[in-house]
Amino acid sequence: MNIPLADIVTILPELIVIGMACLLLVLDPITPKSKKDLLAWASLGALAVCVIMILGSFGGRVMAFSDLVVVDGYASFWKLLLCLVSGMTILLSMTYLKEEHIDLAEFYGFILLALVGMMVMVSGADLLVIYLGIELMSITLYIMVGFKRFEARSIESSAKYFVLGAFSSGILLYGISLLFGVAGSTRLSEIASTMNDQSLSDPLVLISLMLIIVGFGFKVAAVPFHMWTPDVYQGAPTSVTAFMAVASKAASFAAFLRVLLEAFGGLKPNWTGMILVLCLLTVALGNLVAIVQTNVKRMLAYSSIAHAGYALIGLVVAGWIGTEAGVSARGVSSLMLYLAIYSFMTLGAFSMVAILRNGGLEGEELNDFTGLAKRHKGGAFLMMVFMVSLAGIPPTAGFIGKFYLFMAAVNAGLAWLAVIGLVFAAISAFYYLRVVMVMYMREPSSEQELTTRLALSPSVSVVLACAIAGVVLLGIFPGPLVSVADLSTLPVK
Amino acid sequence: MFDLLVILIPLFPLLAVLVNGLAGHRYSHELAGRIAFGSVGLSFLCTLGVFGSVLGNPEPREVVAYSWIFGGNLSIDLAFLIDPLTTIMLLVVTGVGFLIHVYSIGYMHGEEGFTRFFTYMNLFMVSMLLLVMGNNYVVLFIGWEGVGLCSYLLIGYYYDKISAGKAATKAFVVNRIGDAGFLVAIFLIFSHFGTLDYTSVMAKASTLSTGMATAITLCLLVGAFGKSAQLPLYTWLPDAMEGPTPVSALIHAATMVTAGVYMVVRNHALFDMAPVSLATVGIIGGVTALFAATIGLVQNDIKRVLAYSTVSQLGYMFLACGVGGYIAAIFHLVTHAFFKALLFLSAGSVIHALGGEQDIRKMGGLHDKIPTTYWVFLIGTLAIAGIPPLAGFWSKDEILAHAFVNGQYHLYLFAAVGAFLTSFYMFRLTYLTFYGSSRVDPHVAHHIHESPPVMTVPLMILAGLAVLGGFLGVPPEHGWFHGFLHDVATPVGAEHHEVSVGLTLGLMTVAIGIALGGWYLAHYMYSIRPATANEMAEKSPQVYTTLLNKYYVDEAYDKLFVEPCKKLGLLWDWFDRHILDRFVVGVGHGTDISAAAITWTEKHVLYAGLNVIGYGHHLAAWAWRKLQSGQVHHYAAVIIIGLAILIHLAVVWYAGGSSTGLPTR
Repeated sequence: MNIPLADIVTILPELIVIGMACLLLVLDPITPKSKKDLLAWASLGALAVCVIMILGSFGGRVMAFSDLVVVDGYASFWKLLLCLVSGMTILLSMTYLKEEHIDLAEFYGFILLALVGMMVMVSGADLLVIYLGIELMSITLYIMVGFKRFEARSIESSAKYFVLGAFSSGILLYGISLLFGVAGSTRLSEIASTMNDQSLSDPLVLISLMLIIVGFGFKVAAVPFHMWTPDVYQGAPTSVTAFMAVASKAASFAAFLRVLLEAFGGLKPNWTGMILVLCLLTVALGNLVAIVQTNVKRMLAYSSIAHAGYALIGLVVAGWIGTEAGVSARGVSSLMLYLAIYSFMTLGAFSMVAILRNGGLEGEELNDFTGLAKRHKGGAFLMMVFMVSLAGIPPTAGFIGKFYLFMAAVNAGLAWLAVIGLVFAAISAFYYLRVVMVMYMREPSSEQELTTRLALSPSVSVVLACAIAGVVLLGIFPGPLVSVADLSTLPVK
Repeated sequence: MFDLLVILIPLFPLLAVLVNGLAGHRYSHELAGRIAFGSVGLSFLCTLGVFGSVLGNPEPREVVAYSWIFGGNLSIDLAFLIDPLTTIMLLVVTGVGFLIHVYSIGYMHGEEGFTRFFTYMNLFMVSMLLLVMGNNYVVLFIGWEGVGLCSYLLIGYYYDKISAGKAATKAFVVNRIGDAGFLVAIFLIFSHFGTLDYTSVMAKASTLSTGMATAITLCLLVGAFGKSAQLPLYTWLPDAMEGPTPVSALIHAATMVTAGVYMVVRNHALFDMAPVSLATVGIIGGVTALFAATIGLVQNDIKRVLAYSTVSQLGYMFLACGVGGYIAAIFHLVTHAFFKALLFLSAGSVIHALGGEQDIRKMGGLHDKIPTTYWVFLIGTLAIAGIPPLAGFWSKDEILAHAFVNGQYHLYLFAAVGAFLTSFYMFRLTYLTFYGSSRVDPHVAHHIHESPPVMTVPLMILAGLAVLGGFLGVPPEHGWFHGFLHDVATPVGAEHHEVSVGLTLGLMTVAIGIALGGWYLAHYMYSIRPATANEMAEKSPQVYTTLLNKYYVDEAYDKLFVEPCKKLGLLWDWFDRHILDRFVVGVGHGTDISAAAITWTEKHVLYAGLNVIGYGHHLAAWAWRKLQSGQVHHYAAVIIIGLAILIHLAVVWYAGGSSTGLPTR
């Protein structure tokens, strides 16, 4: 078989990352314990090269490997975000893994492997390629979730995640195979061209569409396919939770959007209704259940479910019948914008949980945050900004994200959806600000003063600085990111 | 030069926030305080410069800082609109704000979180200035949420009080409900006008259909009622009194809570297109004015009485808007800022003197112990009760007159009864605090002291304003104030009622009578026959406890909204925690039962006749049991197989007609 060089060049960023991942797995055993950080730095270097290459080829649309892979602005946008998030996760893990005494360099290799899976997902122009990407990402994540292997909770959540992940993959694959039976191809473009008016009422198409939506619904943690999220997010090592809540969600949304719009663009009447129901359930349940949580990690898990619900509003707008092309495109770009902003604030919040230590344990309970403002002014302030941003209060980036999403909904004639979103966003202030309240308006007990501390290090500081800069700067100067999202949005038919 | 002055107004407090917030712990409280009030003072000076310029040229002017949100057809600048309305608001915010900052230096002296307090206060000033200066709805909204956030932080300022944290959260969440309405209004405005700049929106306002105008303005009102504590979203304001007293004066009396009124007046062109909304504003305002006043009659916490009084006075401002008296509303906003800030700060001085006591049942006879505070509090009371020629008389009388002249007699009645109650409960407060025999705790009694000059001087200045401020609007309808605001706050298309001098004087006489009547009743009940109040409470205990418990509105809200939300959350939480495990176990049980069923069948049905087939089934059962091995992934495999079978069935069933079983496309 002869593979053209041009095709190889197209996926060079992926190749670099996967090469580095393999190298790390080989080097790990022969690197002395004191030099393990070098491997983390090496993987960051690979990511930097990767980012430069993606930036260099930004814009344009290249197909490769007989139309299996597409590199367009949309894919590049997500890849840049994913590389950034992976880099921040690596930096966070450098400190976090040491605190948890699980500092094995293979961890960084896993992050890179998962990243490759995600990059394949966002670049796939064929359902099977996307599926392969999902599997690569998921299998790596199953291992990472159970990385605290001496802790029962971590193992248990890994097992749960694996079972349900396999389950959802099966459903997705089943949908793909049914669709192959109808369309005779798994290429997104060819599926789109075989869909016609009759397909709208073809039960087989409907079922496969449903199965594919369920499969992706699992991955983005949309209600009612969210059940794994709280348990797994709570049990996983926090840096892994952050990675899953941000990167895996973003990549899944990216692939979800591409599949629905590029393959099923002609079947909008069939899927917008389903997505709308998912969206309403997700926003409502995520926010209401978050109210009663006392564990910050679990609360953030529900918060991430709620945010997936807001993001789905963008998808509803993109698929809503009778909206102008411009408005639909705005639905897509505001979803992209929202997830980019969401990444910064969620990563920031999880980082704070990861570095707050209560004795030898993570300070993940709400109580551990009590009176933090007295002991760590800076840390409490950062957490407050992340919470305020998650609640969507200006002038933080969280407001900008919601503003664009809800504005898109209203422009599409879905004012009532925006109202529902806004009401739940209002309710969300309750649980986000509870964290602020315990930090600023409660006196820490004398015992806590002794046992809790922030595990700060230069690498963690970089992560927090990136996150806070994203949250604040994107709130005050959102213009550049908005332009980029507008440029790289998917063409909506 | 003008542009620079305008931009400097919010910039000074912002710089103070950054300096005090980042480096405040490195230097003394004294310096931090100076930076804080100095920055507001500089803002005030800039405002005076802007005011001078606007006096010469009242045309609206826009100052653009930078282009903020854009994309597609959307373009929003961080820009300011300077017109007479903004200028008046700026003078109130920076002027009264400056006095309260100075006062706070004394009041907060020695507090542990001194620097933190001033950082939040300055951040509040920045937000409030953005709110009144913005030239578009989004900048207004940033300020709107910003003041809410600062209010939240300042209400919860006292760490050690659990109630403070709860009150703060309540204030914020109730406000956010209102803000959701406001944001919807913004979206509607944008989708209808394609722009969010005031100037363009107001210019096109007359193109609105009545229905659309009503929808937009009702949504705006939800926001305004939340921020300005009107029915049904007022419950947070009395609880907000948990914050330090200067905060109550600045945020919960003089500035933030009046933002709703400012917003309505700013959008009056839209409201003028929607008679239904105007009627709603009037009714809600009138009812709130009366409702809150009745609760104020029986409260025993000096700050809570003032809080209900604020809710009630804000009701007057909305009532004025509802009858087209936008200038009257702003006029009352200004005088209210003077006398209510004065009342709160002097109440703070009383609390300061008594070492933190807020219960008026433990005060009394203070007039000769803290004479300065007594005199300024009395001036504030006279002003709010509407005794001429103090500020409150002129502005309140104008609102009453507006309601009467416009033929809205029911609103006039609400307002008049409310005015009587206001006069009564304010004098009740004065009598119980400063007259009669001392009920002060003996331990506290010999520590009573007048506040230092840093607190009393701002009080005296505010007292001066409360006495003289009303003359800005004299003669009624034709004062300087009315001329200044005429172009920006006159209702669109309303015919002007020329009021005869006789009617004006008649209404004034009635207003004076009402105020004096309230005063006399309080004098009778709390000075001449002090037992009257208790007798009345005993005679009609139900009325008394209902009022004391604020009509049980808080309890009702808890039952209706808060509890169901929490219960729903708990229910779903339980579901999420248990259903997954149950599901897995259930599948296991299902397998068990089916295996048992098959075993039973083979024993009793199949073994009987068909030994060979029975043997085969035995094998199947063995395999089936083998599957149910207690490992979770085996269950999942079962689930997948089951799902696959179900879907296959569905496909065959749906596509029943086609011979292949697969539908043709």
